[in-house]
Amino acid sequence: MLRLEQLRIGLGGFDLTADFAVQAGARVAVIGPSGAGKSSLLNAIAGFIPLVGGRVLLDGSDITTLPPDARSITMLFQDGNLFPHLTLAQNVGLGLRPTLRLDDQERSDVTGALARVGLDGLADRKPATVSGGQASRAALARVLVQNRPLLLLDEPFAALGPALRAEMLALVAELLDETRATLMMVTHAPEDARRIADQIVFVDAGIAHPPAATEALFADPPPQLKVYLG
Amino acid sequence: MAVGALQLGRCSGPLIALIILGAIGAIVAAVISRSGGLALGPGDMAAIRFTFHQAVWSAALSVLLAIPVARALARRRFRGRGIIITLLGAPFILPVIVAVLGLLAVFGRGGWVSTILVGLGGEPISIYGFHGVVLAHVFFNLPLATRLILQAWQAVPAERYRLAAQLAIDGWAFFRIIEWPLLQRAVPGAFALIFVLCLTSFAVALTLGGGPRATTVELAIYQAFRFDFDLGRAAFLSLLQLGLAGTAAAVAVWLVPRVELGRGLDRSHDRWDGRGAGAQDAVVITLAFLFLVLPIGAVAYDGMGGLLVLPGSVFWAAVTSLWVAGLSVGLMLTAALPLAGWMAMRRRAGAEVVGIFGIAISPLMLGTGAFLLINPYADPGRLALVVTACVNALMTLPFALRLMVPALRDLVDDYGRLSLNLGLRGWPLWRIVILPRLRAQMGFAAGLGGALSLGDLGVVTLFADQDRATLPLQMYRLMGAYQMEAASGAAVLLLLLALSVFWLCDWWGRHA
Repeated sequence: MLRLEQLRIGLGGFDLTADFAVQAGARVAVIGPSGAGKSSLLNAIAGFIPLVGGRVLLDGSDITTLPPDARSITMLFQDGNLFPHLTLAQNVGLGLRPTLRLDDQERSDVTGALARVGLDGLADRKPATVSGGQASRAALARVLVQNRPLLLLDEPFAALGPALRAEMLALVAELLDETRATLMMVTHAPEDARRIADQIVFVDAGIAHPPAATEALFADPPPQLKVYLG
Repeated sequence: MAVGALQLGRCSGPLIALIILGAIGAIVAAVISRSGGLALGPGDMAAIRFTFHQAVWSAALSVLLAIPVARALARRRFRGRGIIITLLGAPFILPVIVAVLGLLAVFGRGGWVSTILVGLGGEPISIYGFHGVVLAHVFFNLPLATRLILQAWQAVPAERYRLAAQLAIDGWAFFRIIEWPLLQRAVPGAFALIFVLCLTSFAVALTLGGGPRATTVELAIYQAFRFDFDLGRAAFLSLLQLGLAGTAAAVAVWLVPRVELGRGLDRSHDRWDGRGAGAQDAVVITLAFLFLVLPIGAVAYDGMGGLLVLPGSVFWAAVTSLWVAGLSVGLMLTAALPLAGWMAMRRRAGAEVVGIFGIAISPLMLGTGAFLLINPYADPGRLALVVTACVNALMTLPFALRLMVPALRDLVDDYGRLSLNLGLRGWPLWRIVILPRLRAQMGFAAGLGGALSLGDLGVVTLFADQDRATLPLQMYRLMGAYQMEAASGAAVLLLLLALSVFWLCDWWGRHA
């Protein structure tokens, strides 16, 4: 379980606060207007930006002061999820060992992960030589081998077309079924939130509101969400 | 990328600062123990006046002549434009002594221009002294000024030209509304940068200057050192030079635009102004092209025969130059990589400031300091080549930083969080991410550093004895002994080596 206790993040002109818990295995979409602090919330949880106050607890452990790689968290960013000079297999292998000195079992795990996301035979290709969808799949293969309990997605599929985005979200859902990881995903598209998330965190006016059930929230949105949805 | 790996610069930066401060400290100590103290003699005053005089003229002429060249290049598209723009970068890696030999072949007393003048019944011209120093500085800096001003022209959005065309803005109005504002931004910076470069230039003054009326402060340091062996005066002049160039650099740092060492100037916008000025632009571009190409062509032409009569000492000097350049590049990269990593995490203007102040630090000043430090313990002549390699590494470090720091900043922006998330740190971070992604910049920096070191005729002139010489020094000695054919041959060899080293390193970097 992820618990944000009296969390405060400095966003230049204002603070973003969050005080809620996300149950283990939950799939949460983070929505809200541009500049509200959705990405900052994920970056703070992942340890990329320091907190002004409060604590982050993951499965009961206080991870507030841990560096990003010491947190059991995987994060995919809007772009730059693959190193362009490494092959897809190497990019995935980094999820197992940052030194890339893999043993036979680990190499086999990488091959298996690539096959699992539909990238059979593309292990030695570089990111520039595959499509955007295939690159996204490679990033997801790395998520699979990392096998961490919390997955943060900061709109990694935003550049893909609607059909491909839906395909990627379906793949994410399958991987989550297999790994039982918790998901927090920033999105601007309500349909994406509906497609994958059972809960919504709405971020607006300096507050990340506690998760609410997706269908119930969309069926009867509070006034600010109604304004955002248009 | 927090990242212990990028924090290595914490050691590398202070170490470099310690070396420079050690040299300055030795100089200050020598000045304090000097009998004349800080009093300026008439010769010192003359050197200061000449240094400023030639630097102002060189910078002003370079910038003034660059404006029409940059304007013509900015508004014309023609076959070979890319080659001319590439050529504008060539003087940067051209050994100074080779260019001087070329300028002498074209503009010297026995050169092509004089031959034509005599043929027409006139007098031959001489380019030794003030005129020669300014001519050589314009030769080196006209291309740099052109690139800087062209960069400003290229930065004007294409829409502005379209708008001007739509509104029928041309002629004087076009200059006033579109071009004058960009020149106001670019020209002071270009002038300031070239002024600082000319203030600290040594090899040009060594080869074309000299005598009471054409001695720069740098040359005076050399003369005090080599001819009078007056270390106190050499130290005093070094301090003076540091003060002059440091002050100029402090002013320049606010004015100088970012110098693009790489590519990107070969784009050209569609332009509607300047219709009817095609012939004028063609003449301007042709004259600039000839000014740059003729001296190099003259060296190649004169030197081909000389290659056959090269004495063995030239080949030994070439081998020496190659290992000095290799050592210099190795030291430069060893220092630059961690330092660039550290700077990439710091203030945005860091690399630019280091770049300008790096230009202001005189290699002769460093050499004088090194000599003063070494002299009590060992024979400096025996360490001449190692000191030369170290000084060359320090002198090329600012260029390397200007190339690497922006690339590393992009790397941190693009992949910093991913690297952190994956636990990439320390040597694996360098091996897997930084070095492969920085290979192009490393190759370019190594090429520049190697070519500059190969062509350097600076600190080695202070230290080297008769048994030790780099290729430029050996060439200078041949010129001094009036063995011009062999000197021309050595110039061709030096030119080939400098261009090959640059091309090979750059090629290695680009073929990552």
